[in-house]
Amino acid sequence: MTRELFLELFTGLLREMIRIRRFEEKCVELYSATKIRGFLHLCIGEEAVAVGVVGALSEDDAVVSTYREHGHALARGVPMPSIMAEMFGKATGCSGGRGGSMHLFDASRRFYGGNAIVAGGMPVAVGLALADHLSDDRAVTVCLFGDGAFAEGEFHESANLAALWNLPVLFCCENNRYAMGTALAREHASTDLAMRAAAYGMVAWTVDGMDVIAVREATDRALEYVRDSGKPCFLELRTYRFRAHSMYDPDRYRDKSEIATWKKSDPIPALEAKLVSDGLMTPAEVERWRAGVEAEVDAEIAAAVESADAAPLEPVEDLLRHVTTEAADGVALLAGGRST
Amino acid sequence: MSRRSTMTVAKDAAVEAVTAPEVSREASREASPEEAPATVTTTYREALREAHREVLARDPRVFLMGEDVGRYGGSFAVSLGLLEEFGEERIRDTPLSESAFTGAGIGAALRGLRPIVEIMTVNFSLLALDQIMNNAATLRHMSGGQLSVPMVIRMTTGAGRQLAAQHSHSLEGWYASIPGIRVIAPATLEDARGMLGPAVEDPDPVVLFEHGSLYNLSGTLPVDPVRVDIESAAVRRAGTDITFIAYAGGLGKALAAADLLAAESISAEVIDLRVLRPLDDATIMASVTRTHRVVIVDEAWRTGSLAAEISARIVEQAFFELDAPIERVCAAEVPVPYAHHLEEAALPQAEDIAAAARRAVGAHG
Repeated sequence: MTRELFLELFTGLLREMIRIRRFEEKCVELYSATKIRGFLHLCIGEEAVAVGVVGALSEDDAVVSTYREHGHALARGVPMPSIMAEMFGKATGCSGGRGGSMHLFDASRRFYGGNAIVAGGMPVAVGLALADHLSDDRAVTVCLFGDGAFAEGEFHESANLAALWNLPVLFCCENNRYAMGTALAREHASTDLAMRAAAYGMVAWTVDGMDVIAVREATDRALEYVRDSGKPCFLELRTYRFRAHSMYDPDRYRDKSEIATWKKSDPIPALEAKLVSDGLMTPAEVERWRAGVEAEVDAEIAAAVESADAAPLEPVEDLLRHVTTEAADGVALLAGGRST
Repeated sequence: MSRRSTMTVAKDAAVEAVTAPEVSREASREASPEEAPATVTTTYREALREAHREVLARDPRVFLMGEDVGRYGGSFAVSLGLLEEFGEERIRDTPLSESAFTGAGIGAALRGLRPIVEIMTVNFSLLALDQIMNNAATLRHMSGGQLSVPMVIRMTTGAGRQLAAQHSHSLEGWYASIPGIRVIAPATLEDARGMLGPAVEDPDPVVLFEHGSLYNLSGTLPVDPVRVDIESAAVRRAGTDITFIAYAGGLGKALAAADLLAAESISAEVIDLRVLRPLDDATIMASVTRTHRVVIVDEAWRTGSLAAEISARIVEQAFFELDAPIERVCAAEVPVPYAHHLEEAALPQAEDIAAAARRAVGAHG
């Protein structure tokens, strides 16, 4: 690759990580301001996984995600205003205000949500891949989940089924070392997750999930393998969330020193440092570039907040819509004060 | 109209595939073929199988998956021979992973296929309840209407075969409380043959309950299948004095009770619910308005049952039509026991239904 191509790739990855980081920092403000309610799970610190994995996909690929999915959705190209409107509970939200932060959906981009049952999306991912397999489609279904999901039966059933049937699933375990508040070593008898996944007959690699370039390279290689072989693959992406599990979490279970140590591996400054050390930019150029990107991203976020604020609420008369395809029944029953 | 004349229930209905009879292909013609349609002698099991053959042949998007649906021929022999006819891609044996293969059906449906997922029994379906409840029933709404899950989940329900407490329960009422799914329960040969087709065409998830005691139910069906709906309840026997509301395994008992009462000059109307969600309130209320007395037959536990829901709806919608308290004949509140006499005692029987009817009629004669 030429110098210009490296520069373009690296700054592209960096820009998207900054975009996700600043979006979520704004979400914290909006949560405090009670514009966003419910559960809010942030991926601050884990942006290299979102950008490295999801940004590597083609349009035809599918994504099944978790309740910590703002970064995945943004990296997939789900428009920021529709995500913000969803968190505001507005009719223009990407799930019509019925999902909220944990349930972002965009069928047009094959983004199948936002599943808040830990490991609950995994069987669905296997089924999407089964459909592609039966249709001789070369699409890959990427299934993102955490180290907590690895302890669920649904992971083990899904991994076995995908391997048994040779289905094109890329399992991406976003190992942030905590299942909510339970540390990895307190939830798994053996903490080498990639090794355990390999026991299902899958190719499985461990990746530095704080290094976006490593994540992108591993994902590119894994996608090529899955597309060529039609078989599943497993990536364990070792990462860390800098913030608490959710806005409700007082974070009593982690040492401050542990968080501080991981913050030294923050994927954003790490990539900025690489731009300098590789001779692609001078420190002053990085500063200027970053200031420009932040101004652009902040303007995009401000516009998203403004449009979400101004967006209409779904009329309460539409409460029972989208339960089944026969919406008219629901509306009639609501009007009559009865339930189906 | 009663269809009992064409049905018999084999009480010793065997579970294993090896005992399954072959599909009878000969049509027995009536004396004047121009007037009477050609019929075929069949069973509930064979009718279900024919329904599968039809949808598999008609729609290349349809495939069947579940435990032992292929080489074994189906735990209850419904899918016997389908593997040989349609191949491994469309008749898929799965590992014992109820959650994974049910969820895989959901994913395949999201992608536009029309999966039929077979779960061996309703008791085992609890291992897949996360997928059925949190995904299949929920994805359309939670995504703001973007996603559609056109799949059929089939499972066996019901007691009566001495299979004890982990193979015998009637939990269809639980499923019938979930918004986002349709729940159907064929009780006749015609419905066993006819309900799968429209279920496969439904754009939303359909849970189809096959009653384990009905697989050997035998009788005749027209050679050309009758189109049935998955919307409405059916009046299986007309009557004037009392309404019996039953479904699946309870229908035959309700019809038997109606026969007992006919000898006592009590005329019972028998409704087969057929569709457990959404309930066909109109058919129920129309009958109650005619007869003014009701017995609800439900093989599930009384507490929080479908019978309880129907009772509440009748009270809400037809209270002033009632001439007697609503009677419910449900299963005893006990895990279904193994011993034959105890199992029989735990389940609604025709005599229990008739006794309830006599109370209702006598209460306000």
